Amino acid sequence: MTLFLLSIMVFLGGQVLPGNVGRAILGPFADQRAVDALNHTLGVDRPLLAQYWGWISNFVQGDMGTSYIFRSPVAPFVIDALGNSMKLAAVAFVLVVPIGILGGVVAALNLNRPLDRIISLGGLSVTVLPEFVTGIILILIFGVWLRWLPISAAWPRNAGFFTQLYYLILPSLPLFLVLFGYIARMARSGMIEALDSDYTRTAVLKGLPWRTVIWRHVLRNALLPTITVIATQTGYLIGGLVVIETLFRYQGIGSLIFTAARGKDFPMLESGILTIGIVYAVATLVADFLYSVLNPRIRLGSDQ
Amino acid sequence: MSAVQTTSPTPDDTRKRGPLAEVLLSLLRSGTFLTGFAIVMFWVACALFGEHFAPYDPLADDIINALAPPSAEHWFGTDQIGRDVFSRVIVGSRDILTVAPLATLLATVAGTALGLLTGYFRGLVDDVVSRILEAFMAIPVVIVALLAIVALGTSKTTVIVVIGLSFAPIIARTVRSAVLAERELDYVAAAQLRHESAAHTMFVEILPNVIPPILVETTVRLGYAIFAVATLSFMGFGIQPPSPDWGLSISNNYGMIGGGFWWTVLFDALAIASLVIGVNLAADGVHGALND
Repeated sequence: MTLFLLSIMVFLGGQVLPGNVGRAILGPFADQRAVDALNHTLGVDRPLLAQYWGWISNFVQGDMGTSYIFRSPVAPFVIDALGNSMKLAAVAFVLVVPIGILGGVVAALNLNRPLDRIISLGGLSVTVLPEFVTGIILILIFGVWLRWLPISAAWPRNAGFFTQLYYLILPSLPLFLVLFGYIARMARSGMIEALDSDYTRTAVLKGLPWRTVIWRHVLRNALLPTITVIATQTGYLIGGLVVIETLFRYQGIGSLIFTAARGKDFPMLESGILTIGIVYAVATLVADFLYSVLNPRIRLGSDQ
Repeated sequence: MSAVQTTSPTPDDTRKRGPLAEVLLSLLRSGTFLTGFAIVMFWVACALFGEHFAPYDPLADDIINALAPPSAEHWFGTDQIGRDVFSRVIVGSRDILTVAPLATLLATVAGTALGLLTGYFRGLVDDVVSRILEAFMAIPVVIVALLAIVALGTSKTTVIVVIGLSFAPIIARTVRSAVLAERELDYVAAAQLRHESAAHTMFVEILPNVIPPILVETTVRLGYAIFAVATLSFMGFGIQPPSPDWGLSISNNYGMIGGGFWWTVLFDALAIASLVIGVNLAADGVHGALND
């Protein structure tokens, strides 16, 4: 449903946007006949419904159309960019999920003590800051003053895994900061609730060691809601990628959309956004699946 | 006679003002709220009267003194065409503090109306509208904004409408769940028995009782609106030159960051950071005061 709505929005955006695609590409002084001819080649003079059907059925078959600017198929650009973005997102996720959960758990175990205050307030403060603001400040500190990390994410050609990783640390940090607060907050409230519950009291009163209670009874229940939050964060993460990739001049899906939007390259823009929509839908699905696997109270029908 | 007249309104008055005064009092006792409120008020003052105490004209260039580092003359240095960064940071609060609150206002009005409708009527209206709103919420705001702004062209109005409409579903969801609880109460049944119109029941009877959650959601959204406006301006899709807007200034100057001209971006970044954190601290305070 979301994907369908998104595809319609994207498509309408792509249609309403230019008014006249041929005119937008050839400029205001081009001959009218040339404009008409180009419009016909691009197929934008057909009825809207026919265009939508043609576009969406081609997209499903993996044909994303031809870029107006590069005059070559869009798909390789989108796939390349998606791969790059996934590397960046993966670095951010690998850092933020364990550290965010750890932060929330530590805060909950030290409830209302100074350590909890620092984690909660610090997490809240960094989470609400726009990525480009934390990005700029981090670039200044680590890239310009300390000169520890490169200020652009464009690594040299044929760079190995660790070189790429080295170039990705700085761009992933703003994403880390934005996500950290949410994940830590969810983990903290999940922990507080679980620590306060009857089954925890029962486990403690049974005489189980504290460590076992935390690991087997509290954590498992506390982290369930956190998983859902992490999945919904993919949306924020993608929004953040557009900004971060522009700031660090990284060739990812975010900067692809941004460049396409600026250059009015509609097939590129439409495919980029729809691809992101699909990634988002898949992430939500995976989260639902994980949730049901980890939560014994929700079992899919066939299990019984 | 006169004594009766002066005393009779008082009990009524305290009953009406009681909860409000209590909320105000607990706001004034909340350090979080006061800190945030002070920061926000500082920037509001800058937005309103900034040009009177800014040392230079924020738009006046001075090529000979371009890219001067901070000094006694230019506290925050000058940018690439010699404009005084300190003055630009002060006056730069104006556009974001106009656009973000207006967007939030639009989101609140539209979201409240939608939330009242879906919560009150339930059934088919609720199902259809809620599904559409959910689908909308799944799409990142930046993407919606990018599409709409490329489609409609960049202007302050576009930014306000885009951010306002993207946030409306979130407010609608909060209002809806509050209305769902409210509509089961006796006063709503009484209004329905009096054959009041649906509009009257929604807006005159229910609305005043769901104000607290709306207020909390609005203050929280204001923080996100500032986040979104700043980001869009940085991307070049928000506030347009020659405004000394913070996000815009950063976008114009960050290309030279490798050359060590840190003062052209750092102060704008800190300004955005302080405003966003200020609004969020205040929102946290409001949330605490209304939920005690």
